[in-house]
Amino acid sequence: MRFHKSAIALALVIGLSFLASLFESRLNPYYFQILIYIGINIILASSLNLINGFAGQFSLGHAGFMAVGAYTSAVMTTELHVAGNAFLNAPIYALALLSGGIVAAIFGLVVGIPSLRLKGDYLAITTLGFGEIIRVIVQNLDFLGGARGFTGIPKLANFFWVFSIVAILIFLISNLVNSTYGKTFLAVRDDEIAAEAVGISSTRVKVVAFVTGAFFAGMAGALYANFVTYINPAQFSFLKSFEIVVMVIIGGMGSILGVILSAILLTILPEMLRTVAQYRMVIYSLLLIVIMITRPRGLFVRPRFGRRDVATKIQL
Amino acid sequence: MSELLQQIVNGISLGSIYALIALGYTMIYGILRFINFAHGDVFMMGAFIGYYTAPRIVNLTGGNLLVAAPIVLVVAMLGCSILGVTIEKLAYRPLRARPRLTVLITAIGVSFFLEYGGQLVFGPDPKLFPTLIPSGSVINTEHIVIGTNSIVVIVTAFALMVLLRFIVFKTKMGTAMRAVSFDHRVASLMGINIDTIISFTFILGSSLAAAAALLYSSVYPSINPLMGIFPGLKAFVAAVLGGIGNLAGAALGGLIIGITETFVSGYISSSFRDAIAFSILILILLFKPSGILGRHEREKV
Repeated sequence: MRFHKSAIALALVIGLSFLASLFESRLNPYYFQILIYIGINIILASSLNLINGFAGQFSLGHAGFMAVGAYTSAVMTTELHVAGNAFLNAPIYALALLSGGIVAAIFGLVVGIPSLRLKGDYLAITTLGFGEIIRVIVQNLDFLGGARGFTGIPKLANFFWVFSIVAILIFLISNLVNSTYGKTFLAVRDDEIAAEAVGISSTRVKVVAFVTGAFFAGMAGALYANFVTYINPAQFSFLKSFEIVVMVIIGGMGSILGVILSAILLTILPEMLRTVAQYRMVIYSLLLIVIMITRPRGLFVRPRFGRRDVATKIQL
Repeated sequence: MSELLQQIVNGISLGSIYALIALGYTMIYGILRFINFAHGDVFMMGAFIGYYTAPRIVNLTGGNLLVAAPIVLVVAMLGCSILGVTIEKLAYRPLRARPRLTVLITAIGVSFFLEYGGQLVFGPDPKLFPTLIPSGSVINTEHIVIGTNSIVVIVTAFALMVLLRFIVFKTKMGTAMRAVSFDHRVASLMGINIDTIISFTFILGSSLAAAAALLYSSVYPSINPLMGIFPGLKAFVAAVLGGIGNLAGAALGGLIIGITETFVSGYISSSFRDAIAFSILILILLFKPSGILGRHEREKV
């Protein structure tokens, strides 16, 4: 019944985003851009939430997977797209999005299998390392534009693509959490040794979470590339990963709605604070410290009494 | 051949700087069991303290670098010690009983706070670090040039490491440090004040970072608020490579990273410089996660 309802909601959101995409040219381009960014950030933050919040594996390399997806889609759409033919470009872009996700997922698998044996601090710094290695490799590949970046990517992303993927991802995560399979994620997060003892393969759970997260980060990258039309390796440095981590932490690790809200908030806030833009990162970092000390479960999550905090149970 | 020798000297000079930073990581990890992500930024602050105080101190001493440089060193070490202890008191101490993930995220927060706070206060553009080590060369043939600064870097770093070894292994404070890193609770039962020891560890680590910063900025004189990120990460890799929690390991790891990096940028391509340390990290974590000199720790239920 629950699944049924969320499936209807999914279809509804996809339908609405299609309708919205028909009218998007009438929208103020600035607001349009912010809405698209909100969508992309929701995808990035929620997919990282799957890894950090649900499987309990602290990753700092999400921007690396985003880069893989962005470059994959950039190359594909630049090669294949037919200028001005929206009818033909739609399936091409769908293919590019999917490929971006799949290539990123393959990278996720390659990165995840060795590094997920590690825990906590080591995992964080190894994923950061992998993310940086991906960036340095892209920087040295001439056919991807190297450090100069990749220009002239066709602008194919719109409301429909962005918010359909948002809907699919949220649908997937919210159903996962309530499923038996999803419960194994939480079990691994809460106590890996106990989870192993009841027969859950913790490595498998972690890798599945990591690869799925990478897949959606890749899609987000593909959406981003075909929206901004110009990408360069510096956009995907670990600062970007950090930004995504902040969204997850402020929203509350493991809270679906919290992370969506914080992705929206942290996309709009910098726009409203344009005049004090230089304070943005200082405010972010202070927020992070204060939240960790006072509300480790996130800004939007009410502290639960009588139960140990979820965030404080993530073992390292 | 002479080029190889040149690269080795450069590598050791860079490596001993990494070693100094790595010692700070390894000591703090040994005591608190978490990566102090902000350590690289304490290093950066050391460079800026040097940048602002050095010209004044050089003026006061009448331009005598031999007197001025050690004073700048002491001032930077003091400044960074105060910073390190403050960070620990304000950000890490309230979280001591919390899980390590919480502390780790806080440490990342502190790190970014120092970086972007630094950009606000000092400005984001690079600045030229004043000369503290007189330029010139000790050996200068047509094949090989060994600058005064490489020698000063290596000698200073080595002297500080010997001093640290003395403090940790021969003094009462050092014994207490080792006891705390072994077992907090038992150490406190033996009458050791844990808070004092933790502060002391931060003082040692931060002052080594300050020394490293002055040496680093003397070799690479362009400084900016984000300069601590990569040396910090590489030094962390060095600490892991040598076996985290192990002093000799950190020194060894630093040298290995420094030499490898110099070789890669000298013989292959300097654009891969920043990826080298991470590749080493991944390999070491895959094959010998306890590091070269580290002991294997068993996971307890």
